[in-house]
Amino acid sequence: MKKLAFIGALAGAGLIAGMASAATLDDVKAKGFVQCGVSQGLPGFSNQNDAGEWSGIDVAVCRAVAAAIFGDAQATRFTPLSAKERFTALSSGEIDILSRNTTWTMTRDTQLGLNFAGTNYYDGQGMMVPKALGVTSALELSGAAICTNTGTTTELNITDFFRANNMDFSLIAIENSDEVVRAYDSGRCDVFTTDRSGLAAERLKLTAPDDHMVLPEIISKEPLGPVVRQGDDQWFNIVRWSFFAMINAEELGVSSENVDEMKSSDNPNIQRLVGVDGNFGTEMGLTNDWAYNIIKHVGNYGEVYEATVGPNTPLKLERGVNALWSKGGLQYAPPIR
Amino acid sequence: MTDRNFAYVRTEEAPRMPPPSDTHGPVHWLKENILSTMNDFSSPAKTVKSVVMMLLTVLSVLSAYAVISGMLTFLVVNGTFSIPEGVSGADACRENGGACWPFIAAKMRLMIYGAYPGEELWRVDVVYVLLAIGIAWVVWEKAPARGLVGALMLTAYPIVAFILLTGGALEGSWGAKGVWAVIGLALFGVGIAADKGVGGEALNAFSGAFKAIGGLLVGIVLVGAIFSIEFGLEPVRTSLWGGLLVTFVVALTGIVASLPLGIVLALGRRSQLPVVRMLSVIFIEFWRGVPLITVLFMSSVMLPFFLPPDTEFDKLLRALIGVALFSSAYMAEVVRGGLQAIGKGQYEGGMSLGLSYWQQMRLIILPQALVLVIPGIVNSFIALFKDTTLVLIIGLFDLLGAVQNQALKDPEWINPTAGTTGYIVVAFMFWVFCFGMSRYSQAMERKLYRGHKR
Repeated sequence: MKKLAFIGALAGAGLIAGMASAATLDDVKAKGFVQCGVSQGLPGFSNQNDAGEWSGIDVAVCRAVAAAIFGDAQATRFTPLSAKERFTALSSGEIDILSRNTTWTMTRDTQLGLNFAGTNYYDGQGMMVPKALGVTSALELSGAAICTNTGTTTELNITDFFRANNMDFSLIAIENSDEVVRAYDSGRCDVFTTDRSGLAAERLKLTAPDDHMVLPEIISKEPLGPVVRQGDDQWFNIVRWSFFAMINAEELGVSSENVDEMKSSDNPNIQRLVGVDGNFGTEMGLTNDWAYNIIKHVGNYGEVYEATVGPNTPLKLERGVNALWSKGGLQYAPPIR
Repeated sequence: MTDRNFAYVRTEEAPRMPPPSDTHGPVHWLKENILSTMNDFSSPAKTVKSVVMMLLTVLSVLSAYAVISGMLTFLVVNGTFSIPEGVSGADACRENGGACWPFIAAKMRLMIYGAYPGEELWRVDVVYVLLAIGIAWVVWEKAPARGLVGALMLTAYPIVAFILLTGGALEGSWGAKGVWAVIGLALFGVGIAADKGVGGEALNAFSGAFKAIGGLLVGIVLVGAIFSIEFGLEPVRTSLWGGLLVTFVVALTGIVASLPLGIVLALGRRSQLPVVRMLSVIFIEFWRGVPLITVLFMSSVMLPFFLPPDTEFDKLLRALIGVALFSSAYMAEVVRGGLQAIGKGQYEGGMSLGLSYWQQMRLIILPQALVLVIPGIVNSFIALFKDTTLVLIIGLFDLLGAVQNQALKDPEWINPTAGTTGYIVVAFMFWVFCFGMSRYSQAMERKLYRGHKR
């Protein structure tokens, strides 16, 4: 009898777990916060300050969603996840959003039961060299010794790049990322390659960061973005449009500082964005000031970028491809109308 | 008596002379401890030995000098102790090239409390201070009422610490608690009645079991009731705990739970009852056969699939259960080693006195067996303490994780020496605790010495 009950409970648990993807918004509203999966620590993307509070460009996406739903960017809880457990945590319902520098690839999008809601950072593999080497392009690197991490796609990409350009190279692959930096810093290799966002952080560990430069070539596409479970279109839309709202705000010049004045703007695009005109929020299951709350409490995309990874932060990452489409970049959001 | 003076009898003490110079002082010490191995040139073989010893001595002195001076240069001479005006901390440390102490100062809070909310830190402090006082009290042999304090540390302290750290006020229905309390009391009553002979021989044999289960139920309900009292403390969820706090909670829970569980399992494995023995063997061999890292990983990745999505099965609780079960399996084998060392005569002596099984164990066997295996037990404790760093696998930041994943990922502080400094500090803290445990165990061994060593 007891055994039967136990099996029944197990089956029930399985069933409920299967239906977890139904109305995430209702669940989130009921519990009062957004549970967000982030990295275990990646400078500028999701890292903690001296008091253990999270910040970063990935964290900002979660705060934006929380602000859109609750009008409170702090209504978030963060689950630090390793690369291995991130997708399980999302599909098991442990987290509502995965915003953990996750590259949008076809396999992940089509085979894992997940949906990517956008690209909050266009990353790509880059190369760092000492300025003293006198190189200005990766194509001049024939014969170079290259430091990278073992067994990552980074290793694969750099091999492909050098083979495709018929250049000689020797690869020094090291397991621990701190040791890779130390090897490069001590001159064991001429080139240090990893994702450009990672290069910016690793560069700070060098004894003389200013003596090194990142080459212009980008040899892989790494669009990083927030991920949600497949099958809950309402939640998918909320996450996607919370992010789009930040980009649209930047494009329209609405920032956390002027958003209150912008409420009386004559521009219909701005009126729709800040919720003066139309019912864009309620149609999504939110309130009409959803985007106003995002901009007010989190900021527009440009503000977030400047505060987390931009040129004035220690990471000093230029906007580059992450500039708005109108300024020669790739960040583009469909209009709110 | 004193009026008789003899010229040949000294009236005052002779002045004390210093001992001969070759029996004390640094020169003597050197001769005795260092030079004595290398001053024998009486035969070719002994000359070779002396020369080799000389070379080895010089080499060790040189390498010790290199290590110590290297450490001092990094930690003190090139170390950064304060940040000059107008420079960021990271730049100051990069400039000096030595240990980055301002980084440690800035991140000390993360290393000790994790992300525990600022206004509530006093609660963690109280838990720490109570722990320190309790341990000092129990360890200090002249302290009064040591037994009472020890018992309180094992019973009241965990409850107080739990309420302080989490905020208490757990949800749970009072009705269910009442029902369980009544069941527990009823079982206890049956046990007492059976003791008095009500229900005859058959029931009498199980009176102990009835009392034990009933008592346990009542105890659990009582603890549950205390946990659900509203003390007006702000609830703090465990995902905010971190640093030393997590290290201590995991290690102490493992240590406190593993010893009794391990003893029960060890006795079970040597039991005459086949079912008990089989179950113990299966439990021990299962948990010893799986690496801790796998246990933690399974608890974090697989468990959520078996639970309904809304159940929030606390990650820290998962780790605690995993660590406790894992370490009790190891403890069982250590204790079993002690049990095997006790001669058969001891058991037979107990039986001939008419003691029950549990009385034999409690009064004769275990006191001897446990003393024998103190080194093994403490070995397990130390290993467990260090294994707590593995909770990083499931996203909990212990002392090491606080440095590695929280402190070192802050873009404001990334610099070439922050990592090394942080790891040195963590290594030192771990060493202090492990060394303390090790010294205490040696003192215990000496104190409990019963002359069984030959």
